[in-house]
Amino acid sequence: MNEHTLNLWEFMVQQADKLAVQTLQHIGLTFIALILAVLIGLPLGIFITRKKQFSGAILGVASVLQTIPSIALLGFLIPVLGIGPKPAIFALFLYALLPIIRNTFTGITGVDPSVKEAAVATGMNKWQILFKVELPLAMPVIFAGIRTATVITVGVATLASYIAAGGLGEFIFGGISLNNTNMILAGAIPAALLAVIFNFLLSRLQKINVAKINSVTKVLPFLLLLLASLYFAPSAYGSKLKAGFTPEFMGRSDGNLGLIEKYGLKINTVVINDAVMYKAAYEKQLDVISGYSTDGRLAAFNLVILQDDRHIFPPYYAAPIIKQATLKKYPDLENTLNLLSGKINDSVMTRLNYLTDYLHQSPEQVAKDFLVANHLYKPSRRGHEGTIIIGSKIFGEQYILANMYALLIKGNTNYDVATKTGLGGTKICFEALNNNQIDFYPEYTGTGLLAILKPSVKTVVAVSVGKDITYNYVNTEFEKKYDIKWLKPIGFNNAYALMMRKNQANSLHIKTISELSTYLNQK
Amino acid sequence: MIKVEGLSKNYGLVKAVDHISFEVAEHQNLILLGTSGCGKTTTLKMINHLINPSEGRIWINGVDITKEQPETLRRKIGYVLQNYGLFPHYTVAQNIAIVPQLLKWDKLKTQKRTLELLEKLHLPTDILSTYPSELSGGQQQRIGLARALAANPPVLLMDEPFGALDNVTKANIHAEFLALDELKQKTIIMVTHDVQEAFELGDRICLMDKGKIVQDGSPTELLLKPTNDFVAGFLKEQQLLLEFKTTKVLDLWALLNVSHLSNIEPTVNADLDLWTLIELIKKQKIDTITIQNSANGEVKTLRFEAIMQAFYQYIKAK
Repeated sequence: MNEHTLNLWEFMVQQADKLAVQTLQHIGLTFIALILAVLIGLPLGIFITRKKQFSGAILGVASVLQTIPSIALLGFLIPVLGIGPKPAIFALFLYALLPIIRNTFTGITGVDPSVKEAAVATGMNKWQILFKVELPLAMPVIFAGIRTATVITVGVATLASYIAAGGLGEFIFGGISLNNTNMILAGAIPAALLAVIFNFLLSRLQKINVAKINSVTKVLPFLLLLLASLYFAPSAYGSKLKAGFTPEFMGRSDGNLGLIEKYGLKINTVVINDAVMYKAAYEKQLDVISGYSTDGRLAAFNLVILQDDRHIFPPYYAAPIIKQATLKKYPDLENTLNLLSGKINDSVMTRLNYLTDYLHQSPEQVAKDFLVANHLYKPSRRGHEGTIIIGSKIFGEQYILANMYALLIKGNTNYDVATKTGLGGTKICFEALNNNQIDFYPEYTGTGLLAILKPSVKTVVAVSVGKDITYNYVNTEFEKKYDIKWLKPIGFNNAYALMMRKNQANSLHIKTISELSTYLNQK
Repeated sequence: MIKVEGLSKNYGLVKAVDHISFEVAEHQNLILLGTSGCGKTTTLKMINHLINPSEGRIWINGVDITKEQPETLRRKIGYVLQNYGLFPHYTVAQNIAIVPQLLKWDKLKTQKRTLELLEKLHLPTDILSTYPSELSGGQQQRIGLARALAANPPVLLMDEPFGALDNVTKANIHAEFLALDELKQKTIIMVTHDVQEAFELGDRICLMDKGKIVQDGSPTELLLKPTNDFVAGFLKEQQLLLEFKTTKVLDLWALLNVSHLSNIEPTVNADLDLWTLIELIKKQKIDTITIQNSANGEVKTLRFEAIMQAFYQYIKAK
């Protein structure tokens, strides 16, 4: 797919089907959450205007919910609600709640007291006062709250793709992982447009004369329901097993595309963030996942790797990549970084990952323990001859490696160390390196090949046959194109792998991806 | 018609209304007069149960108001607010029709009543489809009154109904208010801090201070026989004006010395109060006027100075 570089428009046309599905899902998710938030938030808002002693508590709780980082909130919800639309909608609902409750409260308490008194004095009962006077007059303020909630929800809904609920986040996060700007924009532009359009439409609604508010109030619920139903428009096709792949895996020729092409794999697939993927597989919400072969959770969740018998996953040997200029500036650096070379094989890395990911030891501690055990640890020299900035991607293994390098540099050289860990994905890491915001980070040969260099399919096939060939190819090309050097490989191969629960794989007699494909194609 | 007995309202230790009693006869217009914070508005709001009394009882037409649903009670009492309290999201027609709608009147009856009220209050019919924010203060005031009168309640409570109007508009509306036949059929309690207004509109005035009624009587009684220094002091600033307003030419009849033997136009009735007479003389730029006493048929032609002389003699004698 990489022979011809597509421009954004061509990409969007090519992916029009997916884009349409994602956009509909996005709108659907937003408005399902919004309807729930209105259904719960409006009565709650009215309730606290009647029982003011509860207003502080309820608004406080809603405010706190608002401050929980969205990814963390999704994480909390998985054990309770699983993956898919349920937790996504629930999280979006929680975020939409505060503006709606608060504006309902403010709107109603803000109604002119003399008008309220007139309503009482003319002999209206409390429901008549609410529906004939207070709600109509508070409506512009309540609309403003719904508008705020909509804009927040459209934005946060991009994260729904983390937990297999779809939406435009699939393109955005896939694009970030794949270093594919077109893909990012194909998700980000429609998402931004949705926010702008809904904001505009609701602002028009809000400015409507109080007099005409009655008719608007009657039309709005139907409109919301219609928009919400869009989520169900794209129907998923069923299969015996359910797969959850990361957005990155979805778009890669050594990922889902290769599975379809080389293995003819037809499986009901959802897009999911790798942070929650393993757990979802363990909890039987997913049957097949795209993991990394050294991931510590492999052991923790009792998963087994399916053998890649047709060799679609190229080798992913990890090695630090660094600019030639940096190596010249810090002459002691190269030898120090190479100290780790050949020291960590697959099983060692899996164990180290297990310690951090599952036993929750700190990456610092795991790194230090490892270096001590392998007689590589030296106390810090507290050097001041310049500061090396270490980068890392946003997953456990990279944190461990970054910490190991930090200790090695402090112990073996007179350089100081700063870290910028948790850079979200290849694109961000690589751009940071290119722009000298970090000095080096551990990269994988397969990623360098497929996500950064993106050569023709022919070349990929040609250089994927052996680990040294891949390494030599990326090293040469990186020096040519970016003046960046691949240092010696650390030793482990963190390739992509398809995984299943051990019990299920055994009972279905599936050991290889071919067997999985055959099983799925049986009627 | 309305009877209030031992009525009190306490807010914590503050006695907003302190054990007051009064009665209003049918078709009477009672004014609760006093400075802000004297408890007059609280008293008014207890009568239609907007505020719960701490103590005391209220009867309307012999029925204890606590024996009735507050909503049912309020639909039988017209209520006019200082800021009118018109519903900004309703048209004028909808605003006027609020209580008839709550009482489930049929549309035709409501419409007929609305048009009738518009005519009585000298409002054009094209105002019906407009919203309150498009109206002048005076128009809003009239719509507020129309809303209160819509279901034809026997009782009308008015809380500073003219308080937000400028003096010119206020004077016009006072005149209309007095001329409106419909209001003459109502038992009205009106709250105001405006002494002139109280004297102009009230059949009876309750002057209130610190939650208590200081004096309860007719305007003339308050003016000429104040029960204590507070009452005298309260009225002092506008004493002369009020005296002019409360004194009728008829009251001075015996003291009036005829200035001319032949009648000089215009001729007015001796029923007129002095203030209106002075206004008339000023407006027409005349100094002599003929007054007819319809009680005994006598006619006197007088110079302005002669009337004034008689007035001062009359006051001194009191």
